[in-house]
Amino acid sequence: MKPAPFKYHRPTTLDEALAILAEVAEEDGRILAGGQTLVPMMALRLAYPPHLVDINAIPELARTRVEDGRLAIGALVRHADLQAPLGCPPLDGLLAEVASHIAHYPIRTRGTFCGSLANADPASEWCLVAATLGAEFVIRSADGTRSVGVEDYFQGVMATAIGPGEMLVEARLPLLPADSLWGFYEFSRRAGDFALGMALATLRLEGGVVGEARIGVGGAEEHPRRIAEAEAALVGRAPDEAAFRAAAAKAAAVIDPLEDHATDGTYRRELVETVVRRALSAAMAHRQARPRTEIEARS
Amino acid sequence: MAERGIIGKSLPRLEDPPLVTGRGRFAADINFPHQLHMRIVRSAMAHARIVSIDAEAARALPGVVAVWTAADIPDASPVDFREGPNEKLAPYRQHVLAREAVRYVGDPVAAVFAESAYVAEDAADLVAVEYEELPVVLAADAPPGEFSPGRSTEATLVRQDYGDIDAAFAAAHLVVELDLSVGRHTGVPMETRGAIGRYDAARDVLELHGAAKVPHKNRDSLGRMLGRDVTGIHLYESHVGGGFGVRGELYPEDILVLMAAMRLGRPVKWIEDRREHLMATNHSRQQRHRIRAAVDAEGRLLAIDNEFFHDQGAYIRTHGTRVADSTCGLLPGPYRLPVYRARGHFRLTNKTPAATYRSPSRYETNFVRERVMDEIGRRLGLSPVDVRRRNFLAKEEMPFARPLAALGENVVYDSGDYALLLDKALAAFRWDEVQADMARRRAAGEMVGAALAVFVEKSGLGPTDGARVIVDTTGAVEVVTGGASVGQGFETVVAQVCAETLGVDYDRIRVTHGRTDRIEYGLGAHASRATVMTANATAAAAARVRAKALDVAAEMMQAPIEALDIVAGRVVRTDIESGPSVALGEIARNLAPSAKLRNGREPGLSSDGWFDTEHQTYPYGVQMAVVKVDPETGGVAVERMLVGYDIGRAINPMLVHGQIAGGFAQGLGGALYEEFRYSETGDPLSVTFADYLIPTASEVPEVEILLTEDAPSPCNPLGIKGAGESGIAAVGAVIASAVDEAIGIPGAITELPITPQRLKRILAGIRRPLAAE
Ligand SMILES: Cc1cc2nc3c(=O)[nH]c(=O)nc-3n(C[C@H](O)[C@H](O)[C@H](O)COP(=O)(O)OP(=O)(O)OC[C@H]3O[C@@H](n4cnc5c(N)ncnc54)[C@H](O)[C@@H]3O)c2cc1C
Repeated sequence: MKPAPFKYHRPTTLDEALAILAEVAEEDGRILAGGQTLVPMMALRLAYPPHLVDINAIPELARTRVEDGRLAIGALVRHADLQAPLGCPPLDGLLAEVASHIAHYPIRTRGTFCGSLANADPASEWCLVAATLGAEFVIRSADGTRSVGVEDYFQGVMATAIGPGEMLVEARLPLLPADSLWGFYEFSRRAGDFALGMALATLRLEGGVVGEARIGVGGAEEHPRRIAEAEAALVGRAPDEAAFRAAAAKAAAVIDPLEDHATDGTYRRELVETVVRRALSAAMAHRQARPRTEIEARS
Repeated sequence: MAERGIIGKSLPRLEDPPLVTGRGRFAADINFPHQLHMRIVRSAMAHARIVSIDAEAARALPGVVAVWTAADIPDASPVDFREGPNEKLAPYRQHVLAREAVRYVGDPVAAVFAESAYVAEDAADLVAVEYEELPVVLAADAPPGEFSPGRSTEATLVRQDYGDIDAAFAAAHLVVELDLSVGRHTGVPMETRGAIGRYDAARDVLELHGAAKVPHKNRDSLGRMLGRDVTGIHLYESHVGGGFGVRGELYPEDILVLMAAMRLGRPVKWIEDRREHLMATNHSRQQRHRIRAAVDAEGRLLAIDNEFFHDQGAYIRTHGTRVADSTCGLLPGPYRLPVYRARGHFRLTNKTPAATYRSPSRYETNFVRERVMDEIGRRLGLSPVDVRRRNFLAKEEMPFARPLAALGENVVYDSGDYALLLDKALAAFRWDEVQADMARRRAAGEMVGAALAVFVEKSGLGPTDGARVIVDTTGAVEVVTGGASVGQGFETVVAQVCAETLGVDYDRIRVTHGRTDRIEYGLGAHASRATVMTANATAAAAARVRAKALDVAAEMMQAPIEALDIVAGRVVRTDIESGPSVALGEIARNLAPSAKLRNGREPGLSSDGWFDTEHQTYPYGVQMAVVKVDPETGGVAVERMLVGYDIGRAINPMLVHGQIAGGFAQGLGGALYEEFRYSETGDPLSVTFADYLIPTASEVPEVEILLTEDAPSPCNPLGIKGAGESGIAAVGAVIASAVDEAIGIPGAITELPITPQRLKRILAGIRRPLAAE
């Protein structure tokens, strides 16, 4: 549990960081953000980065701001920062609830939103949020800045559009309209564990029926994504149990479940049905988005 | 002597101040000047022949002092059995570094010694081992393979029986037959293992620091293995961050640091990391039982016939076949059982070696036996309460001898009133109300269930322990014991007993333990024996010191001994109010070798005391649980948990509560979460805490504890029984039963742990195991 030797860099400006990154990228130099994934991997000697570019001394990366109908989240914004109100309801309520499911509090004070997106674990809550809401990814290198849409961002298990020498400097989430309803449901073996399956749903009602629906599923496939078939099954219907069941069944039918030694495809598929239905029910139960306490959220 | 009421009081723990102020000293905190750090290169294969080991690159790394393979230590003895030689099992012992073959992923292949832990790990990465794969055996219930040419993986068949089994089954009204499995899990202390070896050439003494559990026994074993006289070996226990049976046994690493300390002439430090811990420290529990029970029309047990398969893992370690032997000896639990036969296939597999873990053999057999009782009740229309009550041994039958053995002793239950404890627990749990509530909730669509399980524990394994009580000239008291502390509150308990007997304040007592250089003998801390054995020995020693103090005081105070007592460290007259008094320190001064007043008495206000016992004590308990199943996810939540336990006499009830609550949390791990899984090629899949799931505060409910003292042990003067294993003992049993109730499928749970994935398959009516199982 002692990492292999590495060279440690601690730039204080973004440009400096990108310049170092450009130099060390070829040798698999890595960005160190919260370190909650990378450091354990190094301690287990599953990762051997010869260079670490620690971005924690770059204050400009630690900010969130609301701009042009979006919430921009900088590369050093921690999970725990998103558990507090950000002045952009109902989105901030959604983020606060989701954050409470990520790991445990000490980890949340270090781990970053963008680090989760960069790491792209199939069961990352933030990847589910980004996929469901349609995030925009601002990626920079010493050569310049590009913006990637969610369609092009996720490329497989722990694979993203971020290339060598690049940094995800900011992720932008579209704000939710005031009348949006949202619901999240996750099942994991223990509190704080990675999800075996989870779903996030946002709904807008028009004249008593679902006008617009987003249904995202995470932890079940290579990366979280919206399930268009499930959304289609809901739009135009009254937001009742029968409609939720139909949408959930659709989601379960179309996913391509991950399997591992403990969890077979059937289990995951059935779990997707459960979490989608429960997320939809939670959306209706949440009519006024309110950040719930962690204990409520778990029970 | 007046009752002082110190025994039985929930006094604060004496050992806490350094621990809660961050000034404890655990193995990793121990450092010696010029020490080297050891790193073990472990097998990446579950079963393979070692073709070659290339350590040149590792040796060449700056900072590396030595790299050893088996070829470098041809004289090293395999890790020996604690209870001494055993010819039949000897070939199955583990070499400290693998010789021709490796047998599990994690098997030590080479040892690197370097100037820092970092360099040692870098160098270990550079050791290249070439393997030739051999077929793996991963299940004890699969046909045995070859351990070595001509030697079966079934090392032995353990068996115990009495009575005519065929006749009993022929006469049965009903035969119940179950096939039950307990998963592979173990004690996972927060502090991993650690060993620091040091050879003091000036005194010709070899020291092992970071010892735990059984320092004296380990010293004897090390003497045998290293060919040294035991007076030239000393073990030192520091703070221990949890033992649970696995910590403090001798492992290859302990021997390696000692051999290296001697050969390399520098202290050698090894601290296990968590990944190593999960593949190198003893596993436990994994057994499959094919059990049959014969009963009469009233549901009374006539006979049990049990064939089980014990998954020992890759080698037989220090315990030999102890867990399998006790599995035979202790399965019957609290019930009358006229005829019995147990046969256990003790088999080697290509997994981490197994041994004892808190409540060894009882966690397993309580699950198996209580499943059987539930099934009998169901088949005959008896409630879980009635079927058990009908089979309980009665208070009048105590002491009750069964012609079985466990831990090398005949099984003799010393005392107990099982029916009384069950009644008290039912009342405390409000069993009838709970049942009505369950029915209501089930009718409303919830999957909830309540269940109970009854168990007998064992504790206080003898035969003998000693303690030395010393009062110094300032009046401070030291109790030197051969006991050990794994964090359970040993110092506090021993101080309480000494304080009560001697008549001093318990916080003026310093309790020494885990040091072979302070006392010649010691039992350590295992099998819930420390309190029973060491506390009784302490009481004996303290009583002798007291007598000696009063004898001297009588002379000093010119008073009859009968008129004297010791209160708060002073000898006082009981017949005169505010009369003269003499401090114990003063008496100690008068017993100095040169003191005039000594008058031919042995110097020193001190004495040894011994406690001998022929039998262990058998505390007993009942556990009750309410669980709720989420049929869609397969998740199980424990809503309520009660542990009723008769401890004979509690020296410090708060500490007993702590033992029970902690034990329960571990039991819940084995019931729902913890499992060492392996791939079909024998790769361990649970080597981090992300895959080996220990329940956390969020998963563990508050435990309700009903502590009774209805059956003091007749085996010792204090009447005490042990507490260490009661919280964990029947958790697998009671949770399985409660889940059956919740899902409304009797007997559904045949396997622990009950994972969501497995439970979903049961709910879907699928009995076939998952692909990887
Ligand atoms: C016990 C435990 C439980 C956990 N449970 C969960 C959970 O339930 N859900 C969950 O989602 N996560 C969980 N995590 C992971 C945690 O959320 C991590 O914080 C997160 O995955 C990574 O963020 P980080 O800032 O710590 O990244 P780091 O560990 O610093 O980096 C991770 C990887 O991303 C790269 N990287 C980081 N930031 C950037 C960037 N801005 N641009 C480009 N590359 C970057 C790094 O180079 C590295 O390769 C858990 C972690 C632990 C230790």
